[in-house]
Amino acid sequence: MSETFGDFSILGKPIRRVDAIAKVTGQAKYANDIEVADMLYGFVKRSPHAHARIRNIDTSKAERLPGVKAIITGKDFNGFKWGWSNPTRDEEPLAVSKVRYLYEGVAAVAAIDKDIAEEACDLIEVEYEPLPGVFTREEAMQPGAPLVHDNRPGNVTVEYHWSFGNVEKAFAESYLLRKDTFNTPRMAKGYIEPPATVAYWPDPSRLVFIGAKGSPYFPYRILSRCFNLPLSHVRIIAPFIGCDFGGTKNDMTNGDFSAVMLAKKAAKPVKVVNTQFDSLTTDLRRHPMAVTMTTGVTKDGIITGIHNEIISDGGAYTRMSPLTHFLTGICMGMPYHLPNFKHDVTCYFTNNCSSAAMRGHGVYHTTFARECQMDMIADELGIDRVEMRQRNIIKNPKPGTIYQTINDIHVATAGTEECLQKVAEAVGWGKKREKVKGNKAYGIGLVAAAFLGGTQLSAHNACACIVRVCEDGTVNYLTGATDVGMGSDTIGCAIVAEVLGLPIEDVDIKRVDTAYTPADPGSYGSRVTVLMGEAAIHAAEDAKKQLREYAAKLLGAMEDEIVFKDKQVFVKSNHARSIPWERLVRMACYDAPGRVIIGRGHSKRASDLHTIADFSTGKGDIGTNYSFTAHAIQVEVDTETGVVRCTDDNNVVAHDCGFPLNTLAVETQAQGGSYHQGVGAALYEEFKMDKGLTLNPNFVDYQRPRAYEAPMTDVIHVITNDPFGPFGAKEASEGSTCTAPPAVINAIHDATGVWIKDLPAQPERVYWALKEKREEVKKG
Amino acid sequence: MKGEPKDLKFTVNGKAVELKVKPKALLLDVLRNDLKLTGTRTGCEVSACGACTVNLDGKAVRACSILALQANGHEVVTIEGVADGDKLHPIQQAMVDHGAIECGFCTSGMVLSARALLAENPNPTIEDIKKAIQGNLCADSGYTKYIEAIKIAAGKMQGGKA
Repeated sequence: MSETFGDFSILGKPIRRVDAIAKVTGQAKYANDIEVADMLYGFVKRSPHAHARIRNIDTSKAERLPGVKAIITGKDFNGFKWGWSNPTRDEEPLAVSKVRYLYEGVAAVAAIDKDIAEEACDLIEVEYEPLPGVFTREEAMQPGAPLVHDNRPGNVTVEYHWSFGNVEKAFAESYLLRKDTFNTPRMAKGYIEPPATVAYWPDPSRLVFIGAKGSPYFPYRILSRCFNLPLSHVRIIAPFIGCDFGGTKNDMTNGDFSAVMLAKKAAKPVKVVNTQFDSLTTDLRRHPMAVTMTTGVTKDGIITGIHNEIISDGGAYTRMSPLTHFLTGICMGMPYHLPNFKHDVTCYFTNNCSSAAMRGHGVYHTTFARECQMDMIADELGIDRVEMRQRNIIKNPKPGTIYQTINDIHVATAGTEECLQKVAEAVGWGKKREKVKGNKAYGIGLVAAAFLGGTQLSAHNACACIVRVCEDGTVNYLTGATDVGMGSDTIGCAIVAEVLGLPIEDVDIKRVDTAYTPADPGSYGSRVTVLMGEAAIHAAEDAKKQLREYAAKLLGAMEDEIVFKDKQVFVKSNHARSIPWERLVRMACYDAPGRVIIGRGHSKRASDLHTIADFSTGKGDIGTNYSFTAHAIQVEVDTETGVVRCTDDNNVVAHDCGFPLNTLAVETQAQGGSYHQGVGAALYEEFKMDKGLTLNPNFVDYQRPRAYEAPMTDVIHVITNDPFGPFGAKEASEGSTCTAPPAVINAIHDATGVWIKDLPAQPERVYWALKEKREEVKKG
Repeated sequence: MKGEPKDLKFTVNGKAVELKVKPKALLLDVLRNDLKLTGTRTGCEVSACGACTVNLDGKAVRACSILALQANGHEVVTIEGVADGDKLHPIQQAMVDHGAIECGFCTSGMVLSARALLAENPNPTIEDIKKAIQGNLCADSGYTKYIEAIKIAAGKMQGGKA
């Protein structure tokens, strides 16, 4: 079982999730489980072309089908466009004049059952004028290539060109320069729960939207603008959410908009559920990127400079691409000291379905390239691979001091050195290992990475909590920060309970409901625990302050002498002068004139700390603090078939999340972050495309990591107690998403001597690489 | 006539159930829509994700890929029927205590696959467990704690300390 850390009643130990019973008994309601009286079913009509003008839409036949209650097209939205930020509003709820990717929504139907809605969609006749499209980055960047958006010359979605120090000079003075190109795959987010939404209008000016949204305040604002409603009339309710990982469940789908418009038109509740096919053909994906990295080093392996040249496929719409590509470069100054740095990244529009944020957002691509290349360089220089990393590592700053990267990121704690040591020790790094048994080759990759936590963006970034103490001493805890499965609801309850001296069972949390919870950007950028945790502390302290004033009077002591612990409230110098928590609360609430105890708190560090990140220069603090991870993976390569699997042995993550508030959750997060979105990228997952058509849009042909190949990953907690995190905490898990792919690829190289620079290392790719290597050896 | 509703009689979570269903109705749709047992999740609908796993006569099956009428005369257990009232099944208890559960969407299927495994093989190895839940996709746990929890549950059901 898990270790325990720190001197707390609840935190720093294994904490049972507050929603575990509802989930393990099947009682938890996800969006598709929601039913509302008199509900209709919606279905989206999708385009059979990846790029085409819409000439005409004829809905007359569909209208005549019995059971059909409402039909909408893009025109019903009166020219409304939306996007991730004001300048990038380039997408329509349903395409009006042009479709830009295959299966983009063009119309929708609400009917008394799903089958009728689907049949009616088949009866809608759409006249298209097919247009030539661009389906790869290389096609998109050609002069004269067809434009995905007429007002976006060169099909450029977003580009950044940053320079720090003097890379050219550093390269000229380097002992060794290496330039390699690495490719990351086009990937599904991986959630099993397809997006679903139920929408209804209690009256014509009030909207209720219950949907699988990890950022409920995105639809809150978008729908307010779209339907011209005051925010106070837009009620978004988050049911339980079957994972997110960024993108589709942050903002909106064709189905989400359709449910709301159909419900308005039919004046009845409408439910729209994506099928898995819809999800795997139209939901946002991880960007496929080609990362060309040039690194200079001294003879001793000290990094002198790095230059990244990255091209990326953003798909049909901008979505979150400006943030994704910013993140490919912003964290390059960690975990190794980087004195000179240049970053050139361009994302292109194509007629593929759009790309967006995904666990390990942006950072994963460049971490993969850097960590593989570091092994290549270490081998060329004849330096041990872990030793090379240790020579370049940013040492943990002494308490009270800050390490500043070349692009002005401020790091208060960095446990990379300890993480590397502990993982190296756990896998017996440097000891002689048996590398070949029959047709199986074994190797270990050991890498490190940094990731941001408590993401800070400009514009709305607030995170707040409310702690309402009921008259019987139990507590309602409210926050707008959404738990999509990572366990932040549990952490919030645990923090409130810790501060108030209560058992966690006495603190109740409801799911986010924009009618009651404070506004919050939601679940992305590993922001929730760091920011919400701080807000929860402040809210609980605020409630405690109100009770403390009353207790001080009652017990005849100074306010700062009053202690709350184990459901007792007592005087620090004399524990006998005490009152049970429940009695204190009841007296405070009932004593004339009576009090209503409501504590409020919001995260302050996000806005006060350091500088806000600047997308144009690549400078500033994107995170409130930064996690560090070292990760070893051992693989077994079948040298006859090219099949690679991770072994149970020597699969170890050491994770500096500052302080593990819930040790169990940190472990599960690190294991899952590593396997699903990390090893998945390294070994299994890739959408195969043909001119905008996804060839493997189901979980049979699109391979995802399964249990029979799952490594039994060990997690080592490294404690650094970050001064900017709640109780010292930083993010947990996205670090291991970034470390897993290079650890796997380095392990394959360690085992066989071949480099797989293009992910995923599926058997066929490994097989041909091994064959080529054998032939080279034969030739001598 | 083809397509006319037909009688379905089967046992669901220990209770006899009789209803009329369309011949093409899937067990998943009957459980979720007619019987309102929504703990059986709709994931991929092509037997690839395991979110809809139930036990049919004790065996783990995907409710999305068998017709409801195929369950006629048989015994079905869904996630709602696994616990004994408020007392969790040892598999459920171990998953809760061991921190296996994250978003929870795959959990119902994981429990039912594990329940079928332990009925047939009360003392499984880690490899046996991995094979038994290989049809259950998870997106966030990395499987490690699910596998360990099933092993812990097996030990407890074998008379280890509760």
